[in-house]
Amino acid sequence: MKQDIILAGVGGQGILSIAAVIAVAAIENKLYIKQSEIHGMSQRGGDVQSHLRLSDKPIHSDLIPSGNASLIISVEPMEALRYLPWLSESGWLVTNSNPYINIPDYPPIEKIYEEIRKIRNSLIIDADKIAKDCGSPKSVNMVVLGAASPFIDIPHLSLEKAIRRMFLTKGERVVEINLKAFRNGRKNSIDQ
Amino acid sequence: MDKSLLLGDEAVAQGSIDAGISGIYSYPGTPATEIMEYIQSSSVANERKISCIWSSNEKTAMETALGMSYAGKRAMVAMKHVGLNVASDAFINSAITGVNGGLVIVAADDPSMHSSQNEQDSRFYGKFAMTPVYEPRNQQEAYDVVFDAFDLSEKYSVPVLIRITTRLAHSRSAVCRNQQLPEKKFNLPDDSKRFVLMPLIARRRFRILLENQEKFQFDNRITRYNFFKDAPERKLGIIACGIAVNYLLENFNEVELQYPLLSIGAYPFSKDIIKDLVYRCEEILVLEEGYPLVEELLRGIIDGGRKIYGKMDGSIPRDGELNPDIIASALGINVRKGPPVPEIVKMRPPSFCNGCGHADMFRAIIDAMKPFGVRGVFSDIGCYTLAALPPYNFINTCVEMGASITMAVGAADAGFFPSVAVIGDSTFTHSGMTGLLDAVVRNSPVTVIIADNHATGMTGGQKSSGTGRLEDICRGLGVAPEHVRTIIPLCKYHDENVKIMREEFEYKSPSVIIATRECIQVVARKRKEEKKAKTE
Repeated sequence: MKQDIILAGVGGQGILSIAAVIAVAAIENKLYIKQSEIHGMSQRGGDVQSHLRLSDKPIHSDLIPSGNASLIISVEPMEALRYLPWLSESGWLVTNSNPYINIPDYPPIEKIYEEIRKIRNSLIIDADKIAKDCGSPKSVNMVVLGAASPFIDIPHLSLEKAIRRMFLTKGERVVEINLKAFRNGRKNSIDQ
Repeated sequence: MDKSLLLGDEAVAQGSIDAGISGIYSYPGTPATEIMEYIQSSSVANERKISCIWSSNEKTAMETALGMSYAGKRAMVAMKHVGLNVASDAFINSAITGVNGGLVIVAADDPSMHSSQNEQDSRFYGKFAMTPVYEPRNQQEAYDVVFDAFDLSEKYSVPVLIRITTRLAHSRSAVCRNQQLPEKKFNLPDDSKRFVLMPLIARRRFRILLENQEKFQFDNRITRYNFFKDAPERKLGIIACGIAVNYLLENFNEVELQYPLLSIGAYPFSKDIIKDLVYRCEEILVLEEGYPLVEELLRGIIDGGRKIYGKMDGSIPRDGELNPDIIASALGINVRKGPPVPEIVKMRPPSFCNGCGHADMFRAIIDAMKPFGVRGVFSDIGCYTLAALPPYNFINTCVEMGASITMAVGAADAGFFPSVAVIGDSTFTHSGMTGLLDAVVRNSPVTVIIADNHATGMTGGQKSSGTGRLEDICRGLGVAPEHVRTIIPLCKYHDENVKIMREEFEYKSPSVIIATRECIQVVARKRKEEKKAKTE
């Protein structure tokens, strides 16, 4: 088993939490993992990404070679497009539909959807709405993770267990909110 | 033992805890910040009372660590690459004094300048100071080398440098841990005179350092990190330093590497290991992240007699960090490419957070400057540097820590008016105070605006040494008390703030305006913590 995943978003949208959940689940499944992150200056409202690599054999590079990612998970639609050169031919792109507009020249959103739909395997979900509907507006990132979970080579129950572990220190209520967000994201993914 | 998922930074930090340090000294800087932060939040470090308070700058950090080493205990110093410039005087001279307790310095380089102003390669500092240098290849080695670095440091009484780069610093992988070592006992050096670097003693100490150079090369704590792996190919051999080997091997996941490979993880290495490769292969490809240190050395040794590929002939880009694709291209391996980035995708540079005090402060500065017909200020390194971008476009300079004040003084000497420096509170106590003293001594007509957000903001809101002390410091340095003014950068005080700024710009001697408002990120974090404390 070998899977390369790119996580994308804007600083503060919680992509590192997505990475952490997958990483914890991967370790539990006895997989090797490398996960590279962006810290520092780039976080202040700028674009952020994380390269996440899972394998049942030791992994050499911390960075994913271009054209090798089987999955791009993005919390923001324009950011999903920024990493297309890494996407493999059969790869999936799963993204939130809601733009994060903090630049004056943000392109028309329909144009962005158009570009995303050109990708053979893409899924656009309204994660903000799903999160709100299930009473966890702050868990947009977990909704997106849920929607991407059918394409991650780790059993989704392992991912749920990892969410539980990750948020345990924040109390049972936070755990439940995030699990609910994850499950609703997943439900919306499979339904499509 | 335990297996933990750690960033390269955290692996170094955990290694230092397990190797029995009694203190770590550091100043925040990407990509090194997490080394200190990990130790600050470690329960073991807390129980053992490992000293882990941020220093004012990298030089004071290095010196404090040397003091701890003098007293017989193990100490670590951590900083970003440019921090080593600040600490270099202490670092280079600590190689002459030697150490008592082990002393290990970690420098995290930032090729591609993700969050830095240059790509300098800290391995050159190791060469310059003539100390051993480790360049770990992965997170596990980042942990392991710490033990060898401390042992080597104590065996030869020499500070040891660990050089990592952004990618290792900020990438996680599983790390197996060793048995934890106890701390060293308080123990003063037998020959305390060796720390007195008067010429007579320094000459003797320097000769010892020189004599040790060859011993470093053959010590197994160095040699075990440099290995040669033969392969059938005789046309090309590859030398890969540090993490470069991972990017190379990434291209050989499905097939065996056919090139003889010399993988380097520690310096100084002996010429013999280079010869192993050079005698076997007609041509050499050198892969190293940062500057072409080994490549330059190699071209020197064999004097153009052998074809060498690397950064100096353009086979590998001279700037930026390495990746698997760059190395594939250098070897003529086909690089797979996904779809191109659509043209409609726009840049998303970092910007001030919503509700950031710096934004209100800059709006006031811009208005205050209007009547003088001058656009821009001398500035410094921190979040406020973002005012160099639209819509502000109001920063003329950002060079290195503290330069805003002294450049403003120099420009004022040349007739620039009004010469205004904008510097953060943490940058001010890092390297701005001495510059302000210069301004006072010269009676220079500059205005220093200290953007006081009570934190080292850009690196994540660490404690700032100046919090609550800035007015006293400025007055103590000799700025006239009535010209040390404090303002609150909020919209509702805008007109008043503009007025105060104009008054001080007009004043013909040094003045200071402290624009004080807590970092919005730190405020949010504190609220979260308070809420958490309440629910518990």
